[in-house]
Amino acid sequence: MYTFSSKLKTFSFILMALGLLGIGYGFYTAPKDIQEVEKILAAQSHGGHGEAAHEASMPTEASHEATAVDTDVIKGDAAVAVLTTEDTTKVTEEVQIEPISAQPIVKKESHVVSEEEAHAEHLNHVLHQLQNKPWSAFYVACIFFMLISLGVLAFYAIQYVSQAGWSPVLFRVMQGITAYLPVGSVIFFIFLVLSGLHLNHLFVWLDPEVVATDKLIANKSGYLNFPFWIIRAAIFLIGWNLYNYYTRKNCLAQDESNDNSNYKKNFNISAIFLVFFIVTESIMSWDWIMSIDPHWFSTLFGWYVFSSFFVSAITTIALVTLYLKSKGVLEFVNTSHIHDLAKFMFGFSVFWTYLWFSQFVLIWYANIPEEVTYFITRIEVYNLPFFAAVVMNFVFPLLILINTDFKRITWVLVMAGIVILMGHYLDFFLMIMPGTVGDQWFIGVSEIASVLFFLGLFIYVVFTALTKAPLLPKRNPFIDESKHFHY
Amino acid sequence: MSNKVIYAFYNDDDILMDAVKKTRAAHHHIEEVFCPFPVHGLDKAMGLAPTRLAICSFIYGCIGLSFAVWMMNYIMIQDWPQDIGGKPSFSYIENMPSFVPIMFELTVFFAAHLMVITFYMRSRLWPFKEAENPDVRTTDDHFLMEVAIKGNEEEMVSFFQNTGAVEVKVIDKH
Repeated sequence: MYTFSSKLKTFSFILMALGLLGIGYGFYTAPKDIQEVEKILAAQSHGGHGEAAHEASMPTEASHEATAVDTDVIKGDAAVAVLTTEDTTKVTEEVQIEPISAQPIVKKESHVVSEEEAHAEHLNHVLHQLQNKPWSAFYVACIFFMLISLGVLAFYAIQYVSQAGWSPVLFRVMQGITAYLPVGSVIFFIFLVLSGLHLNHLFVWLDPEVVATDKLIANKSGYLNFPFWIIRAAIFLIGWNLYNYYTRKNCLAQDESNDNSNYKKNFNISAIFLVFFIVTESIMSWDWIMSIDPHWFSTLFGWYVFSSFFVSAITTIALVTLYLKSKGVLEFVNTSHIHDLAKFMFGFSVFWTYLWFSQFVLIWYANIPEEVTYFITRIEVYNLPFFAAVVMNFVFPLLILINTDFKRITWVLVMAGIVILMGHYLDFFLMIMPGTVGDQWFIGVSEIASVLFFLGLFIYVVFTALTKAPLLPKRNPFIDESKHFHY
Repeated sequence: MSNKVIYAFYNDDDILMDAVKKTRAAHHHIEEVFCPFPVHGLDKAMGLAPTRLAICSFIYGCIGLSFAVWMMNYIMIQDWPQDIGGKPSFSYIENMPSFVPIMFELTVFFAAHLMVITFYMRSRLWPFKEAENPDVRTTDDHFLMEVAIKGNEEEMVSFFQNTGAVEVKVIDKH
């Protein structure tokens, strides 16, 4: 039996406390109305010209980089505008925060009115983005950790169905990680309900005003409407959690039984789960991630999301296994088991890249305007994270994990694992943030705090679950083979 | 001085493995072992150095990648940068995604083929090469261990008969 070390427990509590504080701070400092946004933007654009002092408030820093890019465009616009008016100072001030102003305007009066209207619209837009920021940060971390435990569940089911001879010694570790699924599902579901109650603007199609004016979204409302969406979410989450509950129950019952009936039951429900999983996973990715950008669609998106959280899940199994092994509680896990996990990490990192590139290159190559905006936003506004994700999720693991000897060295694996997990967090960040906060993104207090909170919760739940059952299944038909596995 | 070797025949891979371990423990030099199929763990038991073929393959892959990059950069960007369907051919990086399939395939092509050729060369395999098996049965159901004779010949023969060999022969090798 494993005992949850008090140090790790305290560590997880500290993470959760820090995370909660940071999340609270993120919500507290989000702007409440247009006036605040105006102040923030004014401070930013002055900062962009290097005139005024930088305000130390969080959202300022958050969008600082993005506005720096914007101001270049705006300067160009300003040059045009200056020629058309006498009131130079006023116009440049307006123009600094108003990108759409390049139309030639004859009358000064009409010019000012149109600018003010557009300005107000722009402020409203930025206000929504800044208000979305703490919500999106929470959402990315929430869905990331929930999908990791879902990925572990899928990996576990595959191991059962394929009757793998190497992995049964790791089943209890996997079950420990999937114990996070019910907790994560509840938080996630509450978040979806709150979005449905219009507490945030993450899913624009949930806003009836948007649907009324947007024909493209209105045409999708047969699928994208709140009741149907939330019922789907409930079915998916309940289905996954039911499998999670019963497979563990059967696995524990198998320890005490005299025949293999529990094992066979688990085999059957695992096969059924995998069918259910691949259908629901696909729909889940449309509902929870792709619908953030309701004008955009991609057919391999479900697989892409799957590959991203699946490789993170395998990495998490490897990291938890290495931790438990270092504590000396996994007697029968040898370097060959670790080697196998590392091969999966390597293989699925490449698989992720394959799907990432396939999705990107098909859209880039054809360059159809309705599809390509998705990547234009990401490359122009999220340039560094967009390409950093490829380096972290592909180039780094490719070069590190290609070596057979390295796949057995703990510190190499831990390092590669941490980079892969951070890379895939970034991947989810890139799937969600551009549609919700746009150019106001930043990896600041809100984002880091949300990750810390969920990491703390994850560690607490997972390691608590690991203490509940012996770490070696007793009567699994493949357990002897697994104990003596060597590669 | 005559160059005599012992041919010890076995008809089971487990017995062969034990014999190899005993022979190594007795410090006899194993020249060669002939098997009809790969015996798992034999290389470790014989103490053979691990293969470096994978390292070769990695290097060949890098060469293939470099070749692909150089070739397409020269053809598509340097030599004649045409506008083909609006693809940006101002620099390599701008049109890189469309080159990736070729970069990938050439990497695999070089890594695979050059590695196979390296394998053939290192293991001296080619068409019309004269077969080297010392006894036809080694390709069917017998294992053969070839050991150089040093010191007492009769002692060595009896040693190998005790390792479970079904037949022990002394051959004068030229």
